[in-house]
Amino acid sequence: MQEMTTEEWSRKVKEGDRRAVAKLISAIERKEKIAREVLKLLYKPVGKTVTVGVTGSAGSGKSCLVSCLITAFRKRGKTVGVVAVDPSSPFTGGAFLADRLRMQAHGRDKGVYMRSMASRGYLGGIARGTVDVMRVIEAMGSDVVIVETVGTGQDEVEVARLVQTCIVVLTPNMGDDIQAMKAGIMEIAQVVVLNKSDMPGKEKALLDVEIALKMRSAPEDGWYVPIVLTVATEEKGIDKLLEQIEKHQSHLRKCVGLRKFAFRKAEKEGSVLVKDEIERIIFDHLKGTGLRRKYLDRIVDGEIDPYTAVEEVLSLFFKKSSKEG
Amino acid sequence: MNKIKENKDRKIKVLVSKVGLDGHDRGAKVICSLLKEAGMEVIYLGMYQMPKDVIDAAIDEDVDVIGPSFLSGEHLVYTPIIVEEMKKAGLDDVLLVVGGVIPVEDISTLKKMGVDEVFTAGSLTAPIIQYIKENIRR
Repeated sequence: MQEMTTEEWSRKVKEGDRRAVAKLISAIERKEKIAREVLKLLYKPVGKTVTVGVTGSAGSGKSCLVSCLITAFRKRGKTVGVVAVDPSSPFTGGAFLADRLRMQAHGRDKGVYMRSMASRGYLGGIARGTVDVMRVIEAMGSDVVIVETVGTGQDEVEVARLVQTCIVVLTPNMGDDIQAMKAGIMEIAQVVVLNKSDMPGKEKALLDVEIALKMRSAPEDGWYVPIVLTVATEEKGIDKLLEQIEKHQSHLRKCVGLRKFAFRKAEKEGSVLVKDEIERIIFDHLKGTGLRRKYLDRIVDGEIDPYTAVEEVLSLFFKKSSKEG
Repeated sequence: MNKIKENKDRKIKVLVSKVGLDGHDRGAKVICSLLKEAGMEVIYLGMYQMPKDVIDAAIDEDVDVIGPSFLSGEHLVYTPIIVEEMKKAGLDDVLLVVGGVIPVEDISTLKKMGVDEVFTAGSLTAPIIQYIKENIRR
């Protein structure tokens, strides 16, 4: 694939060539320069593509739900792309990616593209390149792009900025009403799913979430978060879930305006790209100079504090040091 | 190997799958765990997969290694199909490593078919990791 020009590569992606898509995603994961060049050609502002995020704690049934959603969208004649993120080991860098296992039923469906991603140390519940991968899948012509996050706890909310409709998956044993009232993940839901709703404790959990949602101030965008009961392993409640996704989509498009969503997304993406690029420039520059090691040693030995060290390094690049910040 | 050293963002990706009517996945899970510990990204496809499922997943996930696992005695039935499908899909730069309960006399047959290496039950872990690291083709 390396021999291809960026134009050829982007054309193949747009034609839905799965190998070209797969290789491009790998190049994105490896932060290869050529990937960015192809992405430039693939960029288009948000449009018809429906983007859905599925997040929730480990074992809450996200992958099973995504599999059900794929089936539901396919029944309506939509093509679907999925990015499923699982965590990388902070110790070995390895990862066990098993989201695909729950989506076996769609393995042979040419209208479905699935890709597993390891988080590779990126926090926030997704991987560094997830937004780029979504763009690639969108470019290959998928009507719907679903992002499944790693198992999340309370604060991994980044997916909310990437997708139009964010689904937070809870289970009956998730904790008491105090948990449901906390900030963070509960706040990013456009739809709350209470999965495994055939398990004991369902009524209590439902009540806790209902009350927590009602205690919030009126939503700025006018969307009141619905709760849907599902049993993903038995495909129960999926029609209702899809209905709520579609309701939110039309609310977003008619009442809020996609532009507002797109603006927020671009804002976030811009700051991430700038940060990454500055980091890359600085570390590339330090490479082979031994300066990085020297500073680290001095910090550890107490000769300099980390704040001054950072200011000194940055002053190599910027005339006004960060002191004035 | 050198390529991987060059780029810290380059991870070895391995697809592990049970193939055919075979519900014995303990060994495959052990291998997944082992490769994860060795710093690789392992995609586990689960049980009852057909060769076509494995190949399609390998293409979509852009893996470096395909690792089908057999206990049921179907390795001589499904492996040639996997090899054939890999050829059709142009996956000539992907390593094919078969594992499981494989009679010794079948190993050379599998290798003649186009399998790169075979690791049977009882294999030590270090050689498996070493083999993959030294032999991946891209």
